[in-house]
Amino acid sequence: MSNQEREPLFSANNLKLFTGPIGINNPITVQVLGICSALAITVKLKPALVMAISVTIVVAVSNVVIAALRQYIPDRIRIIVQLVVIATMVILVDQFLKAFMFDVSKQLSVFVGLIITNCILMGRLEAFAMANKPWPSFIDGLGNGAGYGLILIIVAFLREFFGSGTIYGYPVMQKLGVYAAGYENNGMVILPPMALIFVGLIIWLQRSRNRSLIENK
Amino acid sequence: MENLLNIFVKSIFVDNMVFAFFLGMCSYLAVSKTVKTSIGLGIAVVFVLFITVPVNFLIEKYLLRKGALIWLGKGFGDVDLSFLTFMVFIAVIAAMVQLVEMVIEKFSPSLYNSLGIFLPLIAVNCAILGASLFMQEREYENVIEATVFGVGSGIGWMLAIVGIAAIREKLRYSNVPDPLKGLGITFILTGLMAIAFMGFMGIKL
Repeated sequence: MSNQEREPLFSANNLKLFTGPIGINNPITVQVLGICSALAITVKLKPALVMAISVTIVVAVSNVVIAALRQYIPDRIRIIVQLVVIATMVILVDQFLKAFMFDVSKQLSVFVGLIITNCILMGRLEAFAMANKPWPSFIDGLGNGAGYGLILIIVAFLREFFGSGTIYGYPVMQKLGVYAAGYENNGMVILPPMALIFVGLIIWLQRSRNRSLIENK
Repeated sequence: MENLLNIFVKSIFVDNMVFAFFLGMCSYLAVSKTVKTSIGLGIAVVFVLFITVPVNFLIEKYLLRKGALIWLGKGFGDVDLSFLTFMVFIAVIAAMVQLVEMVIEKFSPSLYNSLGIFLPLIAVNCAILGASLFMQEREYENVIEATVFGVGSGIGWMLAIVGIAAIREKLRYSNVPDPLKGLGITFILTGLMAIAFMGFMGIKL
């Protein structure tokens, strides 16, 4: 270790850890992780935003904890250890939401608890934190949380805009006066199936712009 | 009886795990390439739900809920352990999955060989934890209702994964645009299947 030069905190490598998951290595559209909770809470922007922030915090902190403990975790029981760390973080987030943002916590219902089984967490802990130092793991966690949040926010924006005619609760369509011209909100968009179709379309868009991601089958 | 049937049908069709709540999507997308493996995983999910939901129900009722510890004595009447719910549920699920795996291995090696690889995967399947959390949120009255709900959710999930696997097998012969191949088209297909399942909305027996 002594002759190895210390890597600066924001080196190009670390930066790539952050930007990778937002774009070409996105947890949802490329790694196919964490879809379980991603879609159900994207009817409105606000719960989606809260969810994105919660997941980012949980992923980043548990990444750091596991990376710090990685030398001491016996291989056989690592899944249980990871689950305990994640569950502790999720309990903290859940109690925080219940205390300070009760209405959002009600809207998210079981999906806060389901962060525990969000595949992003297990995936990143297994694939990254178990083999890397705390600081890169932290950045990796932030990056994956942000990549997850980005998709969530895009889908939630589209669904709220077309479904309810508002953006973050602000009645845009009404202010623009398009209802008077005969415009109607598309109720279909609020229903669960459209979330899946929107994600499908986002994947289509991303892969047609970045052809290296296309699956050859 | 009618009530149980109602819960059963509702948990399969109306509140389908995949189409209404997007639970268990990770393994749903990853394992749905052939019908055979998806039937194996589906059976494993039904089986684990059949065990974990009632167990979690009993734990919730007699240990975690506010005032649940009253059977220990008067002094425990207002102990509220519900903040431990997540931790306990996930521990029960992980332990149960391990236990089920060992029991099956001991008593039915052939079933173990067909389910074997899927069982560990199930511990982190959102549908399992999701079912337990929904069971808690919807406040079922007794353990039979909770069991019926668990089995129904499992069958609903199995129905979804077998359906999409069958479609994906046929899809190999069709000409999907390149960027949509694989993941993209699966999402859109699931969306279309979910629209079909919305036809069941409002069913009540």
